[in-house]
Amino acid sequence: MPSSTPEVPGTYVFDVAQSNRGYALNRLCGSLKDAANRERFSADEAAYCDAYGLSPEQREAILQRDWTRMLDLGGSIFYVFKLAVLDKKSMQDLGGIFTGMTTEEFVKALNAGGRSFG
Amino acid sequence: MQEDAVLAELIWGLATSHVPSIGAAMDNGKTEDPYWKPLFDGYAPAREWMAKHTPDVAIIVYNDHANAIELNMTPMFAIGTADAYKVADEGWGSRNVPPVAGAPELSEHILVSLVDEGFDMTVCQELEVDHGLTVPLSVYCPDPGDAWPCAVVPILVNVIQYPQPTAARCLALGEALGRAIRSFPKDLKVAVFGTGGMSHQLAGARAGLINEKFDRMFLETIETDPAALAALSREDYIREAGSEGIELIMWLVMRGALGPGIRRVHETYHVPASNTAAALALFENLPGGAGQPSGASPR
Ligand SMILES: [Fe+2]
Repeated sequence: MPSSTPEVPGTYVFDVAQSNRGYALNRLCGSLKDAANRERFSADEAAYCDAYGLSPEQREAILQRDWTRMLDLGGSIFYVFKLAVLDKKSMQDLGGIFTGMTTEEFVKALNAGGRSFG
Repeated sequence: MQEDAVLAELIWGLATSHVPSIGAAMDNGKTEDPYWKPLFDGYAPAREWMAKHTPDVAIIVYNDHANAIELNMTPMFAIGTADAYKVADEGWGSRNVPPVAGAPELSEHILVSLVDEGFDMTVCQELEVDHGLTVPLSVYCPDPGDAWPCAVVPILVNVIQYPQPTAARCLALGEALGRAIRSFPKDLKVAVFGTGGMSHQLAGARAGLINEKFDRMFLETIETDPAALAALSREDYIREAGSEGIELIMWLVMRGALGPGIRRVHETYHVPASNTAAALALFENLPGGAGQPSGASPR
């Protein structure tokens, strides 16, 4: 059955199919809002990943901090961002990564009124 | 209900962005920094006016961001019915702001009214509130001291997982919310906050999207013709305002509650606040102007 989720170029539309795919990854990232979990994760990231039942691709994306891949594998930005914060990364750092810019370039684009598309 | 019964009054509606960094700028004393000053200067006239027109209860329409609600269950619309709401630790420590007092009697009245009108709300008896709710409170009241100046009824909307409720359904929810507020048999002043937006997209190749043209149209039309905004599809919102800009549907809940007789007190629009276009629009609900908005069907 074709999906009824709108396709918007350059945009993740996080739907139920994505949530299904990314469920374990998002659960792991979401758990990092609790300080005790952050400590356990940082002490042994691989073991923590194993406990959440990630797919091998998701596990690799998390361990390598491949942010774009996390999103491609069903990650929701609001969950993935909690891992970014643990790494002391800002939403502007991620914006740069997602768009192939440095953080400085990305911030500059925002300060100039943001990026416009058609 | 008797003719002369005292009823609650809906005094104003506030539309405001709820970006975490706006809260952080206040919490960390950065509102005079060149980056933030234009935004906070823009808030000033609205804050002055609101400080003279204080509600007993604020109904805050917002969304949770992976803090109180996880992906195991996604309520489309939910309402808090608790005595109090803890401020969430979102993964970087809780904001140093007072806990949020609830208004359980009004919550219950609204819940029953909404369900009677066909809005089958999810009920939250425990809810940690994140930046989506606390930042708008800070926009209203920058220096709360030990306690916020009003109690709160949280209303949550799913905006982060497709399908979100339609914009039309959000406006209709607001209209029913307005009727619920105006039928609460207590002498109470109530304000409604619609939060989130404006255009922004956090991820994907379009990350950093801002669409000022769409935002300006929305700011104008929310006052003059909310039905036109309710007619836009989810795809329209995502395409024009970005994957997170669809939060703007929550403004329509506030707008629906107000009804047709409103006056724009103040508005401000500023780019950027972090990765977003930030805005505030404040509307006074005019006395006697509480007729039915177009398309609304009274019970
Ligand atoms: Fe939000």
